[in-house]
This record gives sequence, C-alpha cells and structure tokens, in this order.
Amino acid sequence: MNREILISVEQVSRYYGDYCAVNNVSFTVERGEVLGFLGPNGAGKSTMMQIISGVLTASTGTVSIAGFDIIDAPKSAKAHLGFLPEQPPLYIDLTVDEYLHYAARLRGMSKANIPAAIEHSKRRCGLETSGKRLIRNLSKGFQQRVGIAQAIIHAPAVVILDEPTEGLDPNQIREIRDLIRELGNDHGVILSTHILPEAQTVCDRVLIIHEGRLVLDERLDKLHKDKHKNSVRIAFKRPPSIETIQTIAGMDNVEQIDNQRFRISFNPDSQAIDKLTQQSAHSCWGLFEMIPDTNTLEETFVRLTRGERQETLQKNNEVNT
Amino acid sequence: MNSIMPIAMHELRRMFKSPLAWIILAVVQFLLAIFFLILLSQFMNPAPWFAGHGLTEIVVAGLLQIAGIVLLLITPFITMHLFSEERRTGTITLLFSSPITITELVLGKYFGTVCFLLIILMLIALMPLSLLLGTQLDLGQLGAGLLGLMLLMSSFAAIGLFISTLTSQTSVAAITTFGILFLLWILNLAGGTGSETFRAIFTYLSLLNHYNNLIDGMFNSVDVIYYLIISITFIILSIWRLDGERLHQ
Repeated sequence: MNREILISVEQVSRYYGDYCAVNNVSFTVERGEVLGFLGPNGAGKSTMMQIISGVLTASTGTVSIAGFDIIDAPKSAKAHLGFLPEQPPLYIDLTVDEYLHYAARLRGMSKANIPAAIEHSKRRCGLETSGKRLIRNLSKGFQQRVGIAQAIIHAPAVVILDEPTEGLDPNQIREIRDLIRELGNDHGVILSTHILPEAQTVCDRVLIIHEGRLVLDERLDKLHKDKHKNSVRIAFKRPPSIETIQTIAGMDNVEQIDNQRFRISFNPDSQAIDKLTQQSAHSCWGLFEMIPDTNTLEETFVRLTRGERQETLQKNNEVNT
Repeated sequence: MNSIMPIAMHELRRMFKSPLAWIILAVVQFLLAIFFLILLSQFMNPAPWFAGHGLTEIVVAGLLQIAGIVLLLITPFITMHLFSEERRTGTITLLFSSPITITELVLGKYFGTVCFLLIILMLIALMPLSLLLGTQLDLGQLGAGLLGLMLLMSSFAAIGLFISTLTSQTSVAAITTFGILFLLWILNLAGGTGSETFRAIFTYLSLLNHYNNLIDGMFNSVDVIYYLIISITFIILSIWRLDGERLHQ
C-alpha cells in the first residue's frame, strides 16, 4: 500500500481576535485516503479547510501539501490542491466551459491540455451536456457539480470538499458520493460534512473537531470493530430492572434508553446474548426488538461533542454558583 | 508572472458579459460627442475671447478636459466590482486557493481594467482624429493630452482597485472611490486660502493640476511620474491589504 503523505497539518491554531477557532490541530492524510471532517456547526471545520487550502493563514503551526509548505512555497503547494468551499466559487455570468477554462488557467495548466481536461472533468461530474449553459441558469445541484469539476480539473493530488452534497437530491448525492470514492482511489480527499451516514459510506477515516479542538482521529473500520459488534439495542414489553440484566454473566455495560429499551454491550466471547434471551423467554419479559448497534459514529459524535459541552456547561454553572 | 494575462483577459471578458460595460461605453461616447459638437460649433463661430486660439487648443483640449471629469464619475462603476464582488459571491476563495500570488492577482485585475479604459480612450480619440479629414491638428498636443488621460484613468483605476479590496459591497466601493477621486481632483481649491507652501503642496497633490499641464501640450516628466507613483502606491496597498486579510480576517 502506498504510504505517501499528501497533507500534513502540524499544531495549527487560528485566532479571530481573542476567539480561538482552531486550537492546536495536527493530522496527516495519505494518498488513497478519504478523510471525513466532522463537527457541529461552528466547530471550526470551514476555518480548518480554508487554512489547508491557503485561503486563510494559520496563526501558528504549519500545513504542507504534497511536501510543499503552504506559506513558504504557496505556488507549488496550491498547484497540487483542488478546493470546493462551502459556497461554490462560481462566476454565474459565464458558461460552464468558460468557467472551467478559467479555473484551469488559474491552476497554471497549459492551453493545449485544457480542452481534454475540461471534457474529462465534465464527464466525471455528469456535466457533459451542460458545457454551453450559463452557470446562472443551472439548478443548485448542477452548480454544485460545476464546483466539484473546478476542484478536480487539474487532477490535483489533494481534493478538499467542504460539504459537497449540500442541497442535492438523493440521486445526485449518491452520484457525488461515488465520485468522491473514486477520487479517493488515487488522490487524498478531505471531506467536511455534518451528515454522519455520508461520512460512514465514503470515508476511510474520520476526524471530529469540537470547539476548535480535535477530539477524535480514528479509522472507521477500527471504530466499527471496537464498538459496534458487541453492542445491541434491546426492547421488552415487560422490562426487567436494569440490575437484573446487569447480573447476567458477560455483560459489560447496560444503559436504559427509555421505559422499554436498553442499550447493552457485552463481551463477544461470552454467551451473554444467549443467556439474556433464554431468561427473557423464561420470565416472559416480552422481547420484541433487538438491533445491533451500527450507528456508533453517531454515538461517538454525540458523546464527544454534546457530552463535552454539557461538561463545560456544568463547569460554568459551578463557577457561576 | 504568467498568470497575470489570464486574469486580465478574464476580467475584460467578464466586463463585456454584463450590460454595464456596454452602457458605460455608450454613455461616455454620447456625452462626449455632445461636448465635441458644442466645442466644434464654438470654434466655427468664435466668441471674442477665443481669438488667437487654435483648433487643437479649443476643441481637443476642451474635449479632454471634459473627458477627465466624465471618467472621474464613471471609473468607480468600473472598479467597484473588482474585489468586492469576488468577496460577496465567494469566488475569491477560488483565487486564493489557486497557485497564483496576490501580486499576480492584483496586477491581473488592474491590467484588465486598464485595458477596458484604453478602449474608452480609443473611442474618445476617434473624435478629434476625425478632424484630420478636413484640417490639421497639433498632433503633439493631442498625443500629450491622450497620454495624460491614460495616466489619469490608470490612477483612477488603481485607487478604485484598492477601495474595492476594502469592502464586499459594490455600492460602498463605488461611492467611496468617487469621494476619494473627487477629493484628489479638487484638492488645489483647498490650498486657496492657506499659506504659500500650503497651497503649493495641495496644488501639487491635485490630480487636476498635472492633467491640465498635459492637455495643454506640456509634457513634463514630473507629471507622468506623479501619476505612476499614485498607481503604484495604490497597487501596493491593495496587495498588502489582501495579504493581510488572510492573516487577520
């Protein structure tokens, strides 16, 4: 497996006045990797993406793209970079072809290579028949595709997409996700999103950023392996007490979701589930639902972003009282 | 530096995509044509105080004098969108994330604007040049005057460019630019009441004063350098401003 590091972010912080939007964030992205950048609104995702793409400068720390520092060698670094910001940077009074031509020229492509690159990029984004149309007249979904097309027109090593599926219909979302997966084969892709299933389907690795700090950096398959397989949600018509369930051998943790539902995690080597179902049948608890917990990303996300906020609130309250 | 051309050409092409450029060309040409005809009829039926003044002095210098004022009113509308609009629509991120330097970006936009102003200049120049069909002109004075107008427009463009880096509202950029241009234009009036040195400084700083020398046919390198310094200063300020923005935005 190719282990070439395409993006390297080291101890980056960014202040707006006294407000710290990004606080000491470090990570790397390798070729062939799709990195999901998650976080609640206002967590610093967009700021981080703008710093990586050279639109903003970090207050401290360094960013390098394909080995080139974005501050010391901005031209070489940015030549390897395609960026789709949250708001696609479109000149609405140009046609798609004119716009892509300008984007290619800005990226320093030679005139001879541009027509082929435009065709290729349009084909990848499903814009084959839209070349002569004014961007102003395109629907939001198509404008978004034009935004992606400009980001990949010069075949950059690194593609950064800030909420690329925002405002698209389900079919378009699926196409764009396929495209991102495809890009992930030979590029390094950073994708920011707040749609967790999206991150789950397209990303290899996720970062969760919260209040400017990196709170999680984990490969998705590892996240699944560690937490998902031995956790289920279970519901009874006549639920036993939580203590009763906890006494079953092999149970790690039992947590009550509502009157009838529990989330249980257990040691996969034990027969905890068998024993639980036997006991339920025996004692007529009325087991009617058992769902393997696959949504761990969401749980992790909520735990890391809301849990900490509550802690902070609590701390603030303590200080206030 | 090879990104300057694509940016300049893009700027020029986009101007003609909007009706604004065409309307500006039409309005400037129409207004100046009226003044041209008035000046011409004045020359044909000379009033006593015109006695002894030639065609170039009355018609060409008069036309260029008016052209300077019309362009002072019009240039803010040309420069207002340069960076303000890019910022408002978010296209500035495309420019900032592309492998171009801020200097290339600013120069590209500046040259694109100057190209458009040169088109206006050429159309204006056609009017006095049409007189060559029937009579003779002092081509030296015409040349100096056109050079003066070009330098004047270039400094207007540089000032407008700088103002447009300061705001994302095009109308704010236009009005501020207009205010500053007008102030620089009438600066010599401010010196009228002050002491001798005071007046000398203000007269020297006025955009109008240096322009008048050139349309009167006096080619003085000081006047040329004055306009070049204005243009270069505001271009550098724009570069600083945009560079600083990435750090302190």
